[in-house]
Amino acid sequence: MKMLINVPETVVADALRGMAACHPELIVDVENRVIVRRDAPVEDKVGLVSGGGSGHEPLHGGFVGPGMLDAACPGEVFTSPVPDQMVRAAAAVDSGKGVLFIIKNYTGDVLNFDMAAELAEDEGIQVAKVLVNDDVAVTDSLYTAGRRGTGATLFVEKIAGAAAAEGAPLERVESIARRVNELSRSFGVALSPCSTPSKGGPTFELPAGELELGVGIHGEPGRERRAMMTSHEIADYAVQVVVEDLRPENPVLLLVNGMGATPQLELYGFAAEVHRALGERQVAVARTLVGNYVTSLDMAGASITLCQVDEDLLRLWDAPVRTAGLRWGA
Amino acid sequence: MSSSEPAVDDTLDTPFFLRWLTAAATSVSREAARLTDLDSAIGDADHGTNMQRGFAAVTEALEKEPPGSPGATLILAGRQLISKVGGASGPLYGTLLRRAGKALGDAEQITPQQLADALRAGVDAVAQLGGAAPGDKTMLDALLPAVEALGGATGSFAAAGEAAEKGALATVPMLARKGRASYLGERSVGHQDPGATSSALLIAALAEAAR
Repeated sequence: MKMLINVPETVVADALRGMAACHPELIVDVENRVIVRRDAPVEDKVGLVSGGGSGHEPLHGGFVGPGMLDAACPGEVFTSPVPDQMVRAAAAVDSGKGVLFIIKNYTGDVLNFDMAAELAEDEGIQVAKVLVNDDVAVTDSLYTAGRRGTGATLFVEKIAGAAAAEGAPLERVESIARRVNELSRSFGVALSPCSTPSKGGPTFELPAGELELGVGIHGEPGRERRAMMTSHEIADYAVQVVVEDLRPENPVLLLVNGMGATPQLELYGFAAEVHRALGERQVAVARTLVGNYVTSLDMAGASITLCQVDEDLLRLWDAPVRTAGLRWGA
Repeated sequence: MSSSEPAVDDTLDTPFFLRWLTAAATSVSREAARLTDLDSAIGDADHGTNMQRGFAAVTEALEKEPPGSPGATLILAGRQLISKVGGASGPLYGTLLRRAGKALGDAEQITPQQLADALRAGVDAVAQLGGAAPGDKTMLDALLPAVEALGGATGSFAAAGEAAEKGALATVPMLARKGRASYLGERSVGHQDPGATSSALLIAALAEAAR
């Protein structure tokens, strides 16, 4: 496996140095692993902090900026960050109106953010937490760690970010974030495994003629393995399981997300099939976002996320955002 | 019980705890590749790297500001693990040592029985934090038998080490119900749990420290 890196040990720090060099609107603390918008804390605004293992870029560091996150804490590759990073981030973005932690449902992320919330509160920072758990591939949450947090994280961060930018108090930003999560569902498909720099090769085996349906963003296994399918068939499968679970009555936001190694040519072709499959099920699409947003290093494949929206949520989605990984209207 | 093991009325001092954690760090470092291999099978292939990074930080911190009591030693080590490891292992191992340290208070010398009780408090805190039960294929499956062996009437470090090792091996046929391995369902069966394996290393280091 050839990778554009120096040594595995410095991959995260090197990427952060790159962010610092390329984005002067951000303060990138390479040593302490915190990315903060330069104008933080923004007066009279709730602070939004998220974080998780590295390897999912642009999530989360690429979503720091006006209209979205105030700070992000990148962990080691596929390893959650530590509480010190989160407390540092919370202190940097708290204007006195409190801080919302946006947490993807993985054991490590949950434990570390829980500890950080306690520590931040000891320092007098008001903290609320929202857990993102949108992955319908995990059916049996009684005997697992529960549904994983994947593509809906982007919807939560964008929409809660817009609410915070409007000056909403912590309680309302938290309830909007929670609502977006409740109204969102995702499903992912892997065509190839991902490779971590420390392992120097694929983290799981996926034979050339097969695909994994319901894969997680760290290459966790999904519902089943099958012989390779067409884009048309994959879209039917993914849309079916998501729609069955969500049962949308309102129009939806659609994220057609690349896992890191699938080109736009394929993603747009897949997006066409997803639109067709949704149309056949009478689901109206209000907005679509296509691209690599919640990646799994160099995994080939895609995920789809639907979020049912009303007028208020759609307005917040359309509100201006200016980050390295997502920007419009500003 | 080997002759070099402390008798029940022996006391354990701060240097003993420093030796314990240093021995644990050495053992984690030596076994890091194996831990990562085990994690590669049912997790995300970083357990060895993460534990090695954490225990290296523990060793460094203990050298830099040597604590004055067994309790303070464990608390400092626990804080380092929470600050340096990440993932689920950081908070879980950090909590194990911090809670055990807190239970010891600021006594300068403690008995093996007090250590057994303190470790029991730490293991209970781990169970509560992670929400896991015995048989879920987690570090608890090594830690619980170890504290039981240590706290028993004929308890010894050697017995605790053996119980932990046996507990780790017993995770092989189990179905994972917690953490990332839980997503594998049936496919997690047949693999030894990496967390239970590193827990066994930590407990085995007690006997090394007593020598």
